[in-house]
Amino acid sequence: MWNHIRRSPYQALAAILIMMLTFLAVSVFTILIIGSSKVITYFESKPQVTAFFRDDAKQDVIEGLKTDLAATGKVSSMKFVSKDDALKIYREQNKNDPLLLELVTADVLPSSLEISANNLQDLPDLSVYLKNNPAVQEVVYQKDVVAALTTWTNAIRIIGILLIGLLSLVSIFIMSIIIGMKISHKKDEIEIMQLIGATKWYISNPFVMEGIFYGMVGAFVGWFVASGVLLAATPLLETFLRGIPVVPVPWWFYLALLAGELVLAVILGIFSSILAVMRYIK
Amino acid sequence: MIHLQNVTKVFGTGVTGLADINLEIDKGEFVFLVGKTGSGKTTLLKLLIRETLPTTGDIMIGEWDIVGLPEKSIPLLRKKVGVIFQDLKLLMDRTIGENILLPLQVAGRAAQDAANRVSELLEEVGMSEHKEKFPIQLSGGELQRVAIARALALSPEILLADEPTGNLDEATAFDIVDLLSRINSHGTTIIMATHNMDIVKKLHHRVVGLDSGKMVGDTKKSSKPQETTHKHEDKDEKEEVKEEKKDHDDKKEKEEGKTKE
Repeated sequence: MWNHIRRSPYQALAAILIMMLTFLAVSVFTILIIGSSKVITYFESKPQVTAFFRDDAKQDVIEGLKTDLAATGKVSSMKFVSKDDALKIYREQNKNDPLLLELVTADVLPSSLEISANNLQDLPDLSVYLKNNPAVQEVVYQKDVVAALTTWTNAIRIIGILLIGLLSLVSIFIMSIIIGMKISHKKDEIEIMQLIGATKWYISNPFVMEGIFYGMVGAFVGWFVASGVLLAATPLLETFLRGIPVVPVPWWFYLALLAGELVLAVILGIFSSILAVMRYIK
Repeated sequence: MIHLQNVTKVFGTGVTGLADINLEIDKGEFVFLVGKTGSGKTTLLKLLIRETLPTTGDIMIGEWDIVGLPEKSIPLLRKKVGVIFQDLKLLMDRTIGENILLPLQVAGRAAQDAANRVSELLEEVGMSEHKEKFPIQLSGGELQRVAIARALALSPEILLADEPTGNLDEATAFDIVDLLSRINSHGTTIIMATHNMDIVKKLHHRVVGLDSGKMVGDTKKSSKPQETTHKHEDKDEKEEVKEEKKDHDDKKEKEEGKTKE
């Protein structure tokens, strides 16, 4: 196998580069898909509807509303935030700005009820139900954020799968052409080996190993580049995604990604080399 | 040991390579296949290693049914039958030692065992000092010796030699045939295709004549050689085959007479 690679280094380089490109795409889209899924999960776990009460809303009315909401079966969790709790949250969020802290008291902030729905499709119904309650002044819900993220994630997923599929196909064809060229180049040697009793497997084995080698090296380089970029961009992403626990990516994720890509690389390498062997070695 | 019955080979182009060949070769025999270029010598040898299949007829080598041999068993057959190819088929980018090593590697021999066998073979063909050279550095006769060594690597019971003296001067050609005779004396069956009648005459082995794919003579058979109806017979070669048969028969009669005495 080493002799095959050593004797035609440019073909070997081309095979490794196309594999690298494929696995760079695999790495980037895997990171994007998993990352955006985590962002969606984060938003889904947050209160999805917040009902702000009027200042004169009675506690027994609020309790009645909670009971009614629980009875709908559409609510997974509820949390009442009193005026004092709202002030604490406000102070925590603006602790670095004393001027903003001085101007606000508990009376200014409304009490609220944070509600998470079992299903995103129930959010409009819950929102309408809350708005119809006389104690509720305003209803805010994150349907649009989650829906937009879900749309983006689905789009990334579809584009990713299509691109990875297309690149995998291109890799298989290019690899099989490169290995086919190598087989053609060794036509005389193969004929001699067949005539002196070499089995088809004995002749094919170095070419299959070569395919696996190109796949694995390409996968490693692709993974290395994508992981390096992600690590380098982690401080920037931490600022951008403040509060959303996506970055830093745990070390086991990098290793799992590498392991998965190496398995895929072996499959692609075997498939493309067997395609070439079947076509050129009779 | 080798049995061909009504073997006919018609190529895709419609040309008849071999026509109704019936041939029996015993274990340990040395047989010359003679005939002009295109007479079917190489085709016959190719049939014996299943490089090609006959159009009709049966071929047996020992217990092996060559025609019905499954694809997966062909490598096994080719390990049992050594071949010296007309164009030698040596790998030009490998040393002499590596060329001889190839069949041993293919057969899965252990590295040390294979290396010892290569040294043994190089010594047997008188090429020990050329082990590290490349084919391009050797003469025609030396290359033939390398091809013989490679063919002998797996100690085959049968050795097929396709024009092994084809491009050699007379002295070198006789050297090669002497070497083959020595191998034959150890019990290896040898079938040598040649059109060098000097060698054929000198060695007094069995001679099978081919012309346009038909068997036109066999010095082993007591009956007259088969007559060919082909218009373009190589008369000289046919005469030589007949002469060889006569010489061989005379010699055999003498030997039988001595034995009786």
